[in-house]
Amino acid sequence: MTRWAMAADLRRCIGCQTCTAACRQANATPPEVQWRKVLDIETGEFPDVRRSFVPVGCMHCGVPPCEHVCPTTATKQRVDGMVTIDYDLCIGCGYCAVACPYQARHIVHRARFAWNGEPAPDERARFDSERIAVATKCTFCVDRIDAGTAKDLKPGVDPEATPACVNSCIAGALVFGDRDDPASPLSKLLAEAEHFRMHEELGTDPGMYYIVDSLSPAGERAR
Amino acid sequence: MNRATDQIEPWHQTNWDARAAANFIGGGSGTGLLLAAAAAQAAGAPYWPLALAALVLIAVGLACVSLEIGRPWRALNVFLHPQTSWMTRESMIAVPLFAAGAAALWQDGGAYAWVTAAFAAAFLWCQAQILKAAKGIPAWRAPLVVPLILSTGLAEGVGLLAVACALPATHAFARPASLALAVLLVARAVAWWVYRARLEAPRRSLAPLDRAAPLFHRIGSWIAAALAAIAALLAPDAVAAPLGAVAGAIAVAAGWQLKFVLVARAGFNQGFALPRLPVRGSGTPGASAKPGW
Repeated sequence: MTRWAMAADLRRCIGCQTCTAACRQANATPPEVQWRKVLDIETGEFPDVRRSFVPVGCMHCGVPPCEHVCPTTATKQRVDGMVTIDYDLCIGCGYCAVACPYQARHIVHRARFAWNGEPAPDERARFDSERIAVATKCTFCVDRIDAGTAKDLKPGVDPEATPACVNSCIAGALVFGDRDDPASPLSKLLAEAEHFRMHEELGTDPGMYYIVDSLSPAGERAR
Repeated sequence: MNRATDQIEPWHQTNWDARAAANFIGGGSGTGLLLAAAAAQAAGAPYWPLALAALVLIAVGLACVSLEIGRPWRALNVFLHPQTSWMTRESMIAVPLFAAGAAALWQDGGAYAWVTAAFAAAFLWCQAQILKAAKGIPAWRAPLVVPLILSTGLAEGVGLLAVACALPATHAFARPASLALAVLLVARAVAWWVYRARLEAPRRSLAPLDRAAPLFHRIGSWIAAALAAIAALLAPDAVAAPLGAVAGAIAVAAGWQLKFVLVARAGFNQGFALPRLPVRGSGTPGASAKPGW
């Protein structure tokens, strides 16, 4: 089985937001909507202060609460683990948004544009009225993955078949691949690094892994 | 100590507002009143005015929530996912609920009143489960929200019956209604106390609940329960019905306040958390961070 998943190496992420910009460019999201965003978390007290940059978005959960509650079946889970939204079925009730513990879903009730309320030429060209008043979220760039795999390309390896945010990451912090394939870059990274998944205690089986440290050769915590 | 911006800490969800709260308010009170009216009519009380008021409450609640959905012309799609969605189940139950309710109104009670009451109980159960399934909102997903929503719905329904008992036609039912109200208000008070004591939610979610608690819990449940108990057991005949009506009105108002605060004020989301901070410049991993909790 294939289970597409992503890892964010928090040791590498520098919070440049290039992934956010790439996602917005690739998916033409409205100004206030970021399907992929990077949190800037400052913790501690001087002089022991830390700053962590954490890419977040839809976790494409193995047990997606959004799919469970959706009254219309607009939200579905594919066999490869990706959680999708059928904009033609969605009624915009917002139940999925309050069911998502990752704040990954957005509903925009009227068209908004970046400048002065009027669409720029590129915004006008790419405006999609089907995405107004329905739930939207990160798709893992499902169109790229499907088109790529149809051409025997490997998502996570071949850029043409890889999500835009991963392609754009200047630090190599985002890694995509098949969690069930031991040879995928994702599986290799997870095998050699200490990682966690956010809010795992909620039983959502999220498909986003966060790398925090290396593992020793014996597979134990290095520190 | 964690420092974080508003982007990191849990923030108030904006998808469900007072219109969604109105559905829980109208649905809870309406279904509770249908159950109370079925029991009262078995004892000889008039049925149709109470049932009509109850159905109107439920309909107003559903109308309010329909104003909130983004694509109302596709509203029928709400029936497509009964396998797991409590919202679908609530919608599906609403159809036979109104059909049975119409028949019960036509017959002025009888067996249809009990059928309607059964659908009302199922509808109320669905409403409680809707909140519990909202995994992104800690104050809603707590399992103890279910007994809280059930107990307040029933208390509100019997409270409305107690209010109606102030009218001459139903005067004779004031004492049993007040007694049932007192029992249900104690149950609601216990349900709230346990819910709040065990609730794990962001600080900003707990704050509105705790601000509402004195009014809802102390006055709306305990004092109203005491008034209802006095009306049922101690008050002279001339005072029992009005006193029970006052207790009922307080119980209803408090229940509405609770649901409004819970849905429209305490709905803060999960926020973000890092069980372990990454190794960066200092070369050592950091402790966990869960801003806003």
